[in-house]
Amino acid sequence: MSSSHFPTVLKFLRRRLWLAVPVIAGIAILNFLILQLAPGDVVDVLAGEAGAATPEYMAQLRTEFGLDRPIYVQLVFYLKSVFTLDLGFSFRQNMPVLTLILDRLPATLLLMLTAMGIALVAGLALGVISSLYVHRWADRLIAVFVLITYALPTFWLGLMAIVLFSGRLGWLPSGNMTDISADYTGLTYAWDVTRHAILPAATLATFYLAVYAKLVRTAMLESYGADFIRTARAKGATETRITLFHALRNALLPLLTMLGLQVSSILSGAVLVESVFSWPGLGRLAFESILARDLNLLLGILLFSSVVVTLINICVDAVYAFLDPRIELQH
Amino acid sequence: MSELLSVHKLATCFHSRRGIIRAVDEVSFSIAAGETLALVGESGSGKSVTAASILRLISAPGRIEGGEILFQGQDLLKLGTAAIRQIRGNRIAMIFQEPLSAFNPVQSIGTQIVEAIRLHRKVSRKQAFEQAVTLLERMGIPSPAQRVHEFPHRLSGGMRQRAMIAMALSCEPDLLIADEPTTALDVTTQAQILELLKELQAANGMGMLLITHDLGMVAETAHRAAVMYAGRVVEEGSIDRLFTAARHPYTAGLLASVNIEALAPGTKLPEIPGSAPSLLNPVQGCAFAERCNARHALCDKQTPPLATDTEPESFPGSRHRVACFLPARPDAIPLPVESEAA
Repeated sequence: MSSSHFPTVLKFLRRRLWLAVPVIAGIAILNFLILQLAPGDVVDVLAGEAGAATPEYMAQLRTEFGLDRPIYVQLVFYLKSVFTLDLGFSFRQNMPVLTLILDRLPATLLLMLTAMGIALVAGLALGVISSLYVHRWADRLIAVFVLITYALPTFWLGLMAIVLFSGRLGWLPSGNMTDISADYTGLTYAWDVTRHAILPAATLATFYLAVYAKLVRTAMLESYGADFIRTARAKGATETRITLFHALRNALLPLLTMLGLQVSSILSGAVLVESVFSWPGLGRLAFESILARDLNLLLGILLFSSVVVTLINICVDAVYAFLDPRIELQH
Repeated sequence: MSELLSVHKLATCFHSRRGIIRAVDEVSFSIAAGETLALVGESGSGKSVTAASILRLISAPGRIEGGEILFQGQDLLKLGTAAIRQIRGNRIAMIFQEPLSAFNPVQSIGTQIVEAIRLHRKVSRKQAFEQAVTLLERMGIPSPAQRVHEFPHRLSGGMRQRAMIAMALSCEPDLLIADEPTTALDVTTQAQILELLKELQAANGMGMLLITHDLGMVAETAHRAAVMYAGRVVEEGSIDRLFTAARHPYTAGLLASVNIEALAPGTKLPEIPGSAPSLLNPVQGCAFAERCNARHALCDKQTPPLATDTEPESFPGSRHRVACFLPARPDAIPLPVESEAA
């Protein structure tokens, strides 16, 4: 917490961002090569949908899209355009890939962050309660709940949530991000989006909530046995103070590690949830692009996702150093 | 001397799946203001459990099952949780063996000292911080205004223990419980910490309960000592008498095992045969009988009570207690007073 703290953070960020460049380049190459292994291309799909297309027309399309060239030439072209931040053109959607992605990104980020928020808050609360009432009925009840949420497949849970909360009870909308029939602005718009976000975010959160609750419980129990908790008691601190300022503060560290590791899986989990709730996000766009063999778009989404995950991980590492003074950013 | 702390027939048990462990049984001792009582014994003899029992820091599966702990005339075992919290860190403070793990690793030592002050004193955060700097300075920590912002892992072992003592003394307690305060430190640092504790005691007249297995440290620091074995006090008395005329065979054995300077090189070091008994299924009679060379038929039948020594005293005015049916004659064990530093 010295005066040179801030430049240390900046230096750390600069170094990590440079290190991220080869990582993302590697991911881009792998994505490209792996997707080449899949049979069929966008021309097959376009031709199939058109009903009748002559081989000459298909060959002409392939030349137009650059699909007839050798793979390594395509790869070089792809990498060159990626480094100039040009993600290419979606021939299927007839729009630049970047525009498509930026159009869908906010919805996915909103879903991801809300789900992470729900998972963190609920996981922390359940974990702390479990550790306070360890081996008592509250702890057992939470253990059963956690086991169920951990074991249920996300898509099934999403469908059941729609059946119950939208179908039977009619409390919440079943899909989309906004009410299409209404034209809300300002606060009413925000409220509308919130109502639409509750079910998908809660569905996406369940699995992670279970993991976090278990993790926090274990970390809290470990904390309670630590010498510094005894010191805090010997100082005359109240149990609430000991729980919040000493035990929980130390239990946050493993939680943060897990969170950093799981950002990518939350993002991929969003694909399923977005499909179930017809949420207009990146996940559904990716799904559609796979069906349409829209390689440019899919590569763009994958690249963008890897950038998002890498950036969030760098942030997590910086926060980690902030939470635990024993970790020094320069190492 | 008026008693500051008086522990009477304290019993603390741990309920494990394999049975009840009587970690502390019928332990009685007292400490006057300005006095240091050393609680001596090997690992597992119940020293630390006794210390933790005083502040009621025993958590499940442990339980204090009997006795009374009178502190300034008030039975600590009868206080409510809020009342005992007012005593902890305020009237009775405690320092621990391993200062690295005893500090919260993610808070600066300043923050932790401020917490200790503000739990018991109505002062602003800024005032408490200034007090913390002053305390660190009094403990001999160089450039305290910078050190106060450091996290525990950035300080050396000796500095950490000084900071721990600063935190314990932040509310000027009447009694300091030091649970093996120097075990984790190197020898020169040990001597410095002991010196510091003695100075502080002389300055503010607090009583001190010093828990250790280091007899050299006892001779250096304490006025009186109580020797514990298998959860019981077996002998208690003033340092000069205990070290020159130990009455309990266990105490005598302990002292013989450290007085090795007169031995010729190459001779086998003296030891007490056998090992300490399990506290899980206490044997009938004296717990030390198995290892005692003066064992007697009565020793296997009854537990000898801790009674005032009736031998004609050559130490007038010092009360000496021993729990043995056949205490050794004071003149039978010639032992020099250990006076070297630890």
